[in-house]
Amino acid sequence: MFIIKHRNAFFALTGALVLAALISVAVFGLHLGIEFTGGTLVEVSYDLPAPGTGGQAGGTRPDPVALTNTLNDAGFKDFSLRETGDNGYTLRAQSIGDAQRGELAAVFSYQGGTAHVDQLTEIGPTIGAELRNKAILALGLVLLCILLFIAFAFRKVSQPISSWVYGLIALVTLVHDIIIPMGFFALLGYLTGAQVDTLFVTAVLTVLGFSIHDTIVVFDRTRENLRINHEKNRKEDFAETAGHSLNQTFVRSINTSLTVLFTLLVLYFIGPASTKVFALTLLVGITAGTYSSIFLATPLLVWVEKRRNKAKK
Amino acid sequence: MPAMAQKRVFAIIVLLIGAAIGYFVYHSEVTASWPFKLGLDLSGGTQLVYRADLNAIQSSDVAESMSALRDTIERRVNMFGVSEPLVQTEQTSALSGTSEQRLIVELPGVTDTQKAIALIGETPVLEFRLLKSANPPAAFSTTTVNQDFEPAAITGKDLASSELQFQGSVAISEPVVVLHFTSQGAKIFADLTKNNVGRYFGIFLDGQPISIPVIRESIPDGTAVISGGFTATGAKELARNLNYGALPVPIELISTQTVSGTLGDKAVRDGIMAGLWGIGAVALFMLLWYRLPGLLATIALTLYIVVMLALFKFIPVTLTAAGIAAFILSVGMAVDANVLIFERIKEELRGGKSTAESISDGFARAWPSIRDSNISSMITAVILFWLGTSLIKGFALVFGLGVLVSMLTAITVSRTFLFALGVDAKYGFTRLLFGSGISRT
Repeated sequence: MFIIKHRNAFFALTGALVLAALISVAVFGLHLGIEFTGGTLVEVSYDLPAPGTGGQAGGTRPDPVALTNTLNDAGFKDFSLRETGDNGYTLRAQSIGDAQRGELAAVFSYQGGTAHVDQLTEIGPTIGAELRNKAILALGLVLLCILLFIAFAFRKVSQPISSWVYGLIALVTLVHDIIIPMGFFALLGYLTGAQVDTLFVTAVLTVLGFSIHDTIVVFDRTRENLRINHEKNRKEDFAETAGHSLNQTFVRSINTSLTVLFTLLVLYFIGPASTKVFALTLLVGITAGTYSSIFLATPLLVWVEKRRNKAKK
Repeated sequence: MPAMAQKRVFAIIVLLIGAAIGYFVYHSEVTASWPFKLGLDLSGGTQLVYRADLNAIQSSDVAESMSALRDTIERRVNMFGVSEPLVQTEQTSALSGTSEQRLIVELPGVTDTQKAIALIGETPVLEFRLLKSANPPAAFSTTTVNQDFEPAAITGKDLASSELQFQGSVAISEPVVVLHFTSQGAKIFADLTKNNVGRYFGIFLDGQPISIPVIRESIPDGTAVISGGFTATGAKELARNLNYGALPVPIELISTQTVSGTLGDKAVRDGIMAGLWGIGAVALFMLLWYRLPGLLATIALTLYIVVMLALFKFIPVTLTAAGIAAFILSVGMAVDANVLIFERIKEELRGGKSTAESISDGFARAWPSIRDSNISSMITAVILFWLGTSLIKGFALVFGLGVLVSMLTAITVSRTFLFALGVDAKYGFTRLLFGSGISRT
């Protein structure tokens, strides 16, 4: 089996990808969104000029520098302003008061352009802290439950590798599946200002569920083939059995991921604006998850087995 | 072959049930008898989250006060003609690190946050407290209220009605607001006044002490008077506001979320388009790759979709943008079980078994994988639902439902149809139909 044979090359590739992701996180950083820190998020858009009227007569967004000054004067603190779409702005700021909330649309409007507040989200600091705690808790719980589940699913296989090794390797692939989208998201944050919110956490957790799903199918096949070999009293090298199993599930892994990737691509390109970043994160995560199930999980299993054999001799 | 006839009849029944559910979804949508329930991010509207300040409430009264709080706000919101508002209370779990009682108000169609806040904010907060010391403090500061006063057994929820009256002689008559308690409230008030004769009794409105009279004797008739130097208009307004309902405890706004209607409409349109294209792409792929079984998988997928849509209407599931994303994602995942089964059947066919045998063995062999892998997705869905915000709950609910329903449709429906076809793969043509894009069989 190609993948098993060249496993060291794939380990190197995986290592390089993980390293790149970690560097991306270290350099760009993961910026927590207002859902986790508390604060205000405002999305405004300006009336577009009617087709045919042309010109700058009205309906374009104001200059960001001028708008920044206006916002400063209006008492907004620690804010960041970013252009969104063709005719909108996204404002992230600290908590705002009644006065600022009341004149939001007016502050953004200028002579010739009327602003509409499309979306306003205010999160108090206690809610932010609470969501942060919950997100960490959810991540920990999912990892724990999945580990327990794998150990349970593989409790009957102990030859030649005990079930907890399957679990541990599955966990390693999961760590890989978390790090890759994180690195991607750090880069995305640098490029587009995307921030870590509850949807990002949801995407990561969904990827974990899906990826482990893939890994289980491959391991499950290994488990079955080991049993068949045992029943038929067939002597086969573990690497061969594992490679064989990987071969048998390869098409299935790719195909199920493909159908999911199709739907995610559609969701990213024509789906609702509020879930675009979410779809993109899932796209990267699920690709990473499928990759790790095929190119990381079973090769690691073979590697562990080889090392044990050596230790025995 | 009666067994085969039976299988075919069963398959037709499954198809008819699917068609009936599909018709229900269509019909209910056209006649709007069971509309989809849209979340605020799709319908447009405002959500306000308040924290209830329960400092002045005895802990045994917390649950009752919160429900009184909800009722009062609900009455007020209804009065202003907001359609289908949602007012609910929530206790934050100990897991989240804070323990708070919250009030969540959802106002569909209200897209001016400031107006929405004002609408709720005009509700008066009526509190009663007993002064701890025997003598009234000379100067009064709101910051020391909690140290100077202790909660009284009676709260704003015990108020039945209030009215404007004038007290004193005609020449120097003063407008006062008379509070009438409910029959239960009257009893509490009678006991309270009987047991605390001589103590100072503070009546607080919106956190400010309005009057702090001394309890001279037991008051059995269930009325109290607020005389706080009102003007006639001020007293009249207060009496009216109190009649709409007074909040038993103060509330503090801690979070708002407003989405404009235009943004919501666009999200719905985009979501529907993405759904259609997503379903089309998956169906096309399955047909091209798996041919005849691919067609069956597409039928199973169609059934999956109508069952899900019907469930959305029945349960009802509040659909958000994240929920729609979960549904579209689940369409891609729903065929997973089919892919597993078909790949297995193909292997069995390659092993030289007959088609019927291959199908039943393929199902049997694929089942443990399908079960195990769906459990892992369910774990994620349950944890997300348990810990998530309303946005995430919407995702988790649709995702979890999708996993369950897709497992059901993939296993029962695909199986029924594969058997009902009764094909035999010894002919090359059937082999072709069961083959796949790059396989050699």
